[in-house]
Amino acid sequence: MELIINGTNMTVPSSIKTVTDLIDHLNLKSPVIIVEHNEKILQKGEHAHTMIEDGDKIEFVQFVGGG
Amino acid sequence: MLKIGEYEFHSRLFLGTGKFKDFDVQKEAVEVSETEVLTFAVRRMNIFEPNQPNFLEKIDLNKYKFLPNTAGAKTAEEAVRIAKLAQASGLCHMVKVEIIGCDKTLLPDPVETLKATEMLLADGFTVLPYTSDDVVLAKRLEELGAHAIMPGASPIGSGQGIINPLNLTFIIEQSNVPVIVDAGLGSPKDAAYAMELGADGVLLNTAVSGAKDPVKMARAMKLAVEAGRLGYEAGRIPKKKYATASSPLEGISQ
Repeated sequence: MELIINGTNMTVPSSIKTVTDLIDHLNLKSPVIIVEHNEKILQKGEHAHTMIEDGDKIEFVQFVGGG
Repeated sequence: MLKIGEYEFHSRLFLGTGKFKDFDVQKEAVEVSETEVLTFAVRRMNIFEPNQPNFLEKIDLNKYKFLPNTAGAKTAEEAVRIAKLAQASGLCHMVKVEIIGCDKTLLPDPVETLKATEMLLADGFTVLPYTSDDVVLAKRLEELGAHAIMPGASPIGSGQGIINPLNLTFIIEQSNVPVIVDAGLGSPKDAAYAMELGADGVLLNTAVSGAKDPVKMARAMKLAVEAGRLGYEAGRIPKKKYATASSPLEGISQ
């Protein structure tokens, strides 16, 4: 299916059902992973049961150095 | 103790985490500074290079209170979104409202900063707005309910130190919430000066991360903040035009 991830169009297998599946598929490994799904900010516990559908817009953000 | 909202700190030095050349040096600098508060930014993950190291991997997350900033936001709405993204991590204790109005000077947008502060306070955040040293603006932010005020000493990363001690003094005198001098500090004397003026704390980043020896500078800043605070509490002598002898004038042997 087609997703927009961090502003980029990406094709991912349709076997991906949840945000957690997508994180694993992309091999994202930051100590802190924050997800916004279709402009809704997800709390940590929601990743495993938030469903991904074709056309969804996802932002993966993290903490980086800053002052 | 420094008290901000419901949080209490022994250290009056807050440390930014940006622009360190090396995560090991950064970890050591953070430890040596004895800071209890770290700031950081919120940015997109690199989904094409997911194995890039992250500085948080080197840090004991339970040891610090986190003060994410809203840097990157140009409007109050964008700042609120960044703050809520940070909060979703479960690692956001306070939020630094940073809404820059000018890309050259990196001075904050006062109108959007006021709006964002009001919106985030309504959402229950502990809010520390980064502001210019405008005395009336600082009062307005305090009246909204900001938990601390963070006026800049000089432009971010400029290392110029405190260029307007008069305004900082006015802000410190009028403020019933902590004043944390944030931005532009360059050397230990700047940090000590801020504390001697009566500031409750300082936040610095480039002064340490950009120093030739960041670990040594982190220790110097820790000592400077302590010295400045002790000096302020000790009550310095007034400045006088003419001399007053330190040795007795009587009993001189002839």
